[in-house]
Amino acid sequence: MKLNCKHVWEHISEFIDGSVDAQLRAEIERHLEHCEICSAILDSTRNILILTADDRTFELPVGFSERLHERLKKEIEGSEPELKKK
Amino acid sequence: MQAAATKEAELIRRIVAGEKELFHELIRPYERMVYLTVLSIVKNETDAEDAAQEAVINAYRHLDSFRAESKFSTWLTTIAINEGRKRLRKAKSAAEESLEEAAEEKEGDYTPAPLTDWREIPLEALERRELREALRRAVASLPEIYKQVFTLRDLENLNTEETAEALGLTAGVVKVRLHRARILLQKQLVPFLKTAAPARKGLFRRAL
Ligand SMILES: [Zn+2]
Repeated sequence: MKLNCKHVWEHISEFIDGSVDAQLRAEIERHLEHCEICSAILDSTRNILILTADDRTFELPVGFSERLHERLKKEIEGSEPELKKK
Repeated sequence: MQAAATKEAELIRRIVAGEKELFHELIRPYERMVYLTVLSIVKNETDAEDAAQEAVINAYRHLDSFRAESKFSTWLTTIAINEGRKRLRKAKSAAEESLEEAAEEKEGDYTPAPLTDWREIPLEALERRELREALRRAVASLPEIYKQVFTLRDLENLNTEETAEALGLTAGVVKVRLHRARILLQKQLVPFLKTAAPARKGLFRRAL
């Protein structure tokens, strides 16, 4: 079976994850060798994932960690056995 | 990896045994994960911070119910998801929610956008702030069911099975939603990927 572009697009996510079987992988790779459109789609999708994994893309709000640990500190102190006694 | 997991198990054991202040240390590597998980569910950053704090406190209170058969990160993610969903339910009625789910599950156009000039775009273009900003907005605008799967898989690096477990979905559904999320993002970001390249004469060809 000869793959067309649409077939490649349907499997692009699994292809990136390496979860397509060996035969399909080989067919997709063969298609990519001569298809500029699919190669570009694959590259751009991959780059979006690289960017997603970059810590600078999704940052925590400023002071998030400090506020969290402050709250946690209160919780931990409040649950100490000696403080819990009524 | 194995050493880190052993150290974590040891930390958990000590906290449960009474060295409670060690929980600060246990949670530190996961703060970002908890925040991003709830952010994929609730509507804004203030709610997300609130829900993230609540999730961490819940994890602290229930740490003794954590069983080592599952990974701590997956357990914590489940707590964060529940907390996020609780917030969301408060904000909107159940009827609204199921309507939204139905709308999102409908067949849409999940074909990627072609861009023939991608090859010429240098990797440095990815360093641009505008592109990161555009990606943040694109992820925020994804339908919830796709945003949640994308967040767990591609932001937090959970695998398919862990994501399925945390969201209560089958592995097959996780794969389909991840695929659609990635395609939707690719489509939305193509204009930015194009303009991210330095404009040189003759570089751009008309997209097919
Ligand atoms: Zn093609």
